[in-house]
Amino acid sequence: MILIGELSLWIALLMAAWATTAGFAGAFTEREELIASARRALYAMCGFVVMAAAGLWTALLTSDFSFKFVASETSRNLPSVYKFTAFWGGQAGSLLFWALILSCYTAIAVRTGRKSNRELMPFVVPTLSAIALFFLLTICFGANPYSRLDFIPLDGRGLNPQLQNPGMALHPPNLYLGYIATAIPFAYAVGALITRRLDNEWLTSVRRWVLVSWLFNTVGIIIGMWWAYVELGWGGYWAWDPVENASFLPWLINTAFLHSIMVQEKRGMLKKWNVTLVVSAFLAAILGTFITRSGVISSVHAFAQSSVGYWFLGFLLLSIAVTVLLVGTRLRDLKATAELESMVSREASFLFNNLLLVGIAFSVLWGTLFPILSEAVRGTKITVGPPFFNQVNVPLGLLLLLLTGIGPLIAWRRASSANLRRQFTGPVVAGIVALALLLALGMRDISAIIAYTLGAFVLMTILQEFRKGVEARHRMYAESRPVALLHLVARNRRRYGGYIVHVGIVVLFAAFAGLAFKEEFDVSLKGGEQYAAVDPYGHQWRFVSQGVSRYDELNRHTTAVLLEAFRDGKRVGVIKTEKRQYVDSRGVPSFEPSTEVGIMSGLRQDVYVVLAGVTGEDTAEMRITFNPLVWWVWYGGMIMALGGLIVMWPQAERKRRQAGYEAVLEPATTAATPAVR
Amino acid sequence: MKARTKFLIGGALVLGTSGFLMASSIRTTGVYYLTPTELATKVSVDPSFYETGVKVGARVVPGSIVRDPGGTFMKFTVTDGARTYPVSYHGIAPDTFTDGVDVVLEGRLDRNGTFRATTVLAKCASRYEDAPQKYQQTPGYRANGAAAQRT
Repeated sequence: MILIGELSLWIALLMAAWATTAGFAGAFTEREELIASARRALYAMCGFVVMAAAGLWTALLTSDFSFKFVASETSRNLPSVYKFTAFWGGQAGSLLFWALILSCYTAIAVRTGRKSNRELMPFVVPTLSAIALFFLLTICFGANPYSRLDFIPLDGRGLNPQLQNPGMALHPPNLYLGYIATAIPFAYAVGALITRRLDNEWLTSVRRWVLVSWLFNTVGIIIGMWWAYVELGWGGYWAWDPVENASFLPWLINTAFLHSIMVQEKRGMLKKWNVTLVVSAFLAAILGTFITRSGVISSVHAFAQSSVGYWFLGFLLLSIAVTVLLVGTRLRDLKATAELESMVSREASFLFNNLLLVGIAFSVLWGTLFPILSEAVRGTKITVGPPFFNQVNVPLGLLLLLLTGIGPLIAWRRASSANLRRQFTGPVVAGIVALALLLALGMRDISAIIAYTLGAFVLMTILQEFRKGVEARHRMYAESRPVALLHLVARNRRRYGGYIVHVGIVVLFAAFAGLAFKEEFDVSLKGGEQYAAVDPYGHQWRFVSQGVSRYDELNRHTTAVLLEAFRDGKRVGVIKTEKRQYVDSRGVPSFEPSTEVGIMSGLRQDVYVVLAGVTGEDTAEMRITFNPLVWWVWYGGMIMALGGLIVMWPQAERKRRQAGYEAVLEPATTAATPAVR
Repeated sequence: MKARTKFLIGGALVLGTSGFLMASSIRTTGVYYLTPTELATKVSVDPSFYETGVKVGARVVPGSIVRDPGGTFMKFTVTDGARTYPVSYHGIAPDTFTDGVDVVLEGRLDRNGTFRATTVLAKCASRYEDAPQKYQQTPGYRANGAAAQRT
């Protein structure tokens, strides 16, 4: 199996090369047999990449240490699940994983798009093949997971303890699925630009793939935040590290696209802009890969760095050149068919939403690349950290939150003042009530106050939309309200799914604003001693150390400290925090000791305990943090994913037409009349 | 005024604001990222670099780490091969912080020549493709499956 896998990798490379050359040749000369041959080669490539991946998985699971990759990423006593996930734990394997996902996506995209996009497909196939070819070349000649050692070590180096976490099974695959899905819209864009078929049809398929990318990207980022939070022990979940920023960029661009595409569908505007966004998302994904793989920017993540990064730089530059050339020569075909009529219209609010999202994306990119830029221009590296990103993005983010409430309520084309009054009275009142409450409760953090006020405003707009829709169905079809709600969402998935995503966003903002009230204490406790502290809500806490215990587990020595926690005199539980020393199968320590954070979670806050070390026999040095509203981040993420799923869920053609999402101009009153047809 | 013009003005306002935010934030929050040698040069040219917040990227000199019992106060030495600085740090060091590892320090150089770090970020060297050679100098590693390291 392993040998077959290794062979398959090379065959896949040949297939990709053929699909690219035959595909482009066939598409430009319009020779059917070449086009068909390229398509078949692409399917075959997918099959061979799957076999190549299966081969590497076999090698990992059977601990075949004759392969350098297996020996450096796993060890005999590693639990099987981590042997499996070690596939994407190192450079070579993760590239193969990229190629695996890319070829599966590619096969699916070509298969599902063969009927609806007949004219584009001949170009989509070779474009996707070319991307796959690049990855396979990088794998075969840059970082081959099948490269062998000239001897067989007794045991492997093992997997970094920080990667031995369920996050490892979930975070990278989701992020990769999100990243790589941007390749399909990119290929469609290339195809549409070459053939000049830049009407709205191709965007329907593209939108679906952007949604796929957006959904996995969202889930991947949120899981990454959770993983960092429970594993790294610095008490937060987002540090504006270059690698994190790299995953955030495609998300921002995809989000912008998902909004601006509606403007093109309804009004025939923003064509250039949308093509640019589609292409930029892919470029951002490649740029992100370059940043993480090359080490040009210092990051704490610093995984799998090597010269392979420069392959990506080359590929990135090539892709930029191709797209600039294509868009530049097709500007005339991208002319808008309508003009902006009023500033108080949904188009205008979407335009501002896009400007803000792209502005945020640009500032994140700028801050991330600033060390390189300043070194190139001024000769010294200047870095910017979280303060920079927060100063820039908190105001922009809050503006965006405001638009989240405004956008869905304003009518297309031109909103009347009666429309505005009807739509905004309730939400504005909700916002003012929230503001008054916060001030009365004595909250003084400006950003947090604004965030919660706007959050209340946005939630009210969404509630109002749901209520209106339900009431209308209730009246017209005499459905009971729960049934009406169900039908409302099911018949208008895109609209109401989108609202649910917005609810998730509000919850996330609420959680982020909670960070302003975080409190930390450095504590040193002997067994039996206690420490008293007050949490941000004003509750009295007492932590009693139960002493230090030392014992051995599966593949590690553990030093654990138990803290009994009391809130306002009532015992609420025990928090355990550990230092772990991982060992290999001969009991020799591998890696540095690692920390397991003790977390007691609740809706209001997490109590987060990190063991810094043990002095003498049983004095534990710890840092205790009250982290308000952290769970809301995970809930917000889940709500967003749910909303995304609802939007994505395939809808039969007839129903979609009923729901009014055809690319036609609709009367200006769309937003004011609940969609009940 | 046409809506398009109004929008262009609005858009310019949004972009202008974000541009201004970016420029001003870089001025107020940007810090120099230096190697020990560069830091020494800066300080000798302009003494105001003492007690100024900077970032320093360097390697921990193996064997130089002295931890106070309990592990929340430590002293160590960092080097870039040419220039060496003693460092003091109060706080919790990351798990990956150990002999011979590359670190990024945030903090300030005091007038006695000690770097007082407020944050210590350690790169997780084990995931570097070029790690084996570097890692052979670290005690925990020589013992561990030396065979696999020779690659």
